[in-house]
Amino acid sequence: MEFWLTQAFNGISYGAMLFLLGSGLSLVFGVMRIVNLAHGSYFLLGGYVGLTTVSRTKSFPLALLSGALSVALIGLGMERLFLRRLSRQSLPQVLMTMGFALVFQDLGLLVWGGDPYTLAVPAFLAQSVQAGPVFVQFYRLFIIAVAFAVGIVLWVFLERTRAGASIRATVDDAEMAQGVGINVPLVSAGVFALGAFLAALGGVVGAGFIGVYPGLDFEVLPYAFVVVIVGGLGSLPGVVVGSLLVGLLDNFGKALFPELSYFTLFAPMALILALKPTGLFGKR
Amino acid sequence: MASSLRIDGLRAGYGSVRVIHDLSLRVGEGETVALLGTNGNGKSTLMHCIMGVVRPGAGRIVAKLDGIEHDLAGKAPHQIVQLGIALVPEGRHLFPRLTVDENLLLGAHRSDARRRIAENLELCFETFPALAQRRDQLAGSMSGGEQQMLALARALMTAPRILLVDEPSVGLSPLLVAQVIAKIEELKRRFGLTVLMAEQNLAQAIRIADRGYVIVHGRIEFEGASREELAKNDLVKRLYLGL
Ligand SMILES: Nc1ncnc2c1ncn2[C@@H]1O[C@H](COP(=O)(O)OP(=O)(O)O)[C@@H](O)[C@H]1O
Ligand SMILES: [Mg+2]
Repeated sequence: MEFWLTQAFNGISYGAMLFLLGSGLSLVFGVMRIVNLAHGSYFLLGGYVGLTTVSRTKSFPLALLSGALSVALIGLGMERLFLRRLSRQSLPQVLMTMGFALVFQDLGLLVWGGDPYTLAVPAFLAQSVQAGPVFVQFYRLFIIAVAFAVGIVLWVFLERTRAGASIRATVDDAEMAQGVGINVPLVSAGVFALGAFLAALGGVVGAGFIGVYPGLDFEVLPYAFVVVIVGGLGSLPGVVVGSLLVGLLDNFGKALFPELSYFTLFAPMALILALKPTGLFGKR
Repeated sequence: MASSLRIDGLRAGYGSVRVIHDLSLRVGEGETVALLGTNGNGKSTLMHCIMGVVRPGAGRIVAKLDGIEHDLAGKAPHQIVQLGIALVPEGRHLFPRLTVDENLLLGAHRSDARRRIAENLELCFETFPALAQRRDQLAGSMSGGEQQMLALARALMTAPRILLVDEPSVGLSPLLVAQVIAKIEELKRRFGLTVLMAEQNLAQAIRIADRGYVIVHGRIEFEGASREELAKNDLVKRLYLGL
């Protein structure tokens, strides 16, 4: 019993971090049809910037903010200056994001070196309590709370505001969105920056949890894609379900069959896609 | 209230394939002009050129609104909508996963129209009473006729001056086609619109057209100065009536 509860709690908190990572990727794909291989790099860079901020200012909230905002700016620059020129050419776009991912990898190595770091989280979050049979780390609860809050804000923004409706209209039919006067290039730039923001926020949060180190970018990237593909591209409820599913499968897989952990993660994915190729919540 | 459209020497296509060849046409103030032509002759491409979705290779597209001429070629679609030009696209292109209300509100993206959203929304529901009962329904779940009405209503929400309608009859039963065509006429009168309508359905189009053009392989092959002239033209008869 204790084992199951502990693993479920760990899986859900890991899933919460994957939600921050995957929601941005899904949004960007839904609006712009861009497969962004640099999405894991946003996570990594967010973690590094957060790390530096904490070591300079000792402020964790500032780390969250500076990590997410600076990477959002990087994403904005990538879209406006580079990807925009390749609009609707999917292969060149994928290759360009791959190029960026490699550049960011080297940049990370150059600035932050090859050592692994863990971000120092505020003391009250570093505590843990024994709740019945389960050992509860506050920081994991914090990750779940952040993901929950971000999910609610995203949902309200997408479903209840005019800008959100413009984004959904662009997902539905980009050409017609232009036709009713929506400034689609502006929507795209905004969504791309938002996607980078969310991934980097996940990176800062993750830096206090799984740490930040060279190679983390390409380690989380497949997880982001699995979350988004299983949930259905461009669907927010899909990302919620996808990230929880992946978080739990990954945790139980690693705990129960450590030598088969990739199999326990990817076999159910393959099965879901075989039965429903558009993902659980995908419409197309 | 003057609004008119003038196209001169337009050439456009996709990649190396030229679809529109040196095409010129006029839509005068308050006119309803029919653009007749069978499938694949470039009607939709022309509409997309006017909206800025397809970039012309050469030629001029000029809209005159309130006495001011605007060169449309080179402008982005949202800028063209902003000027007061709206398209009801072929196949309707609603946002299927958005509600009727949301589709209409997104129509009001023009800043002029945004100030009068409530007023325009009321007008829309008054003009299309059937939509008023379906405000929270997803657009994709409505019947073809209702969807065409919603597409018209959405275009109205931008408070346009020039309305482009691309094959409103596609996929509708004859009875519904007649209703939609009558609605376009009603909108035009009520809001003082200038209308360019692409159609394959000659009999329905000439019910409301003041005059028209016949487009064949991207060229204007015949210009009818009145609906009578259109109806009795040999080319029109050959294309549409198989005579
Ligand atoms: N997006 C596109 N890409 C390439 N060719 C196109 C595209 N849209 C239309 N065409 C081609 O342009 C020609 C004219 O098409 P279209 O403008 O849709 O004609 P119509 O509206 O009169 O049926 C056709 O030969 C069609 O195949
Ligand atoms: Mg057409």
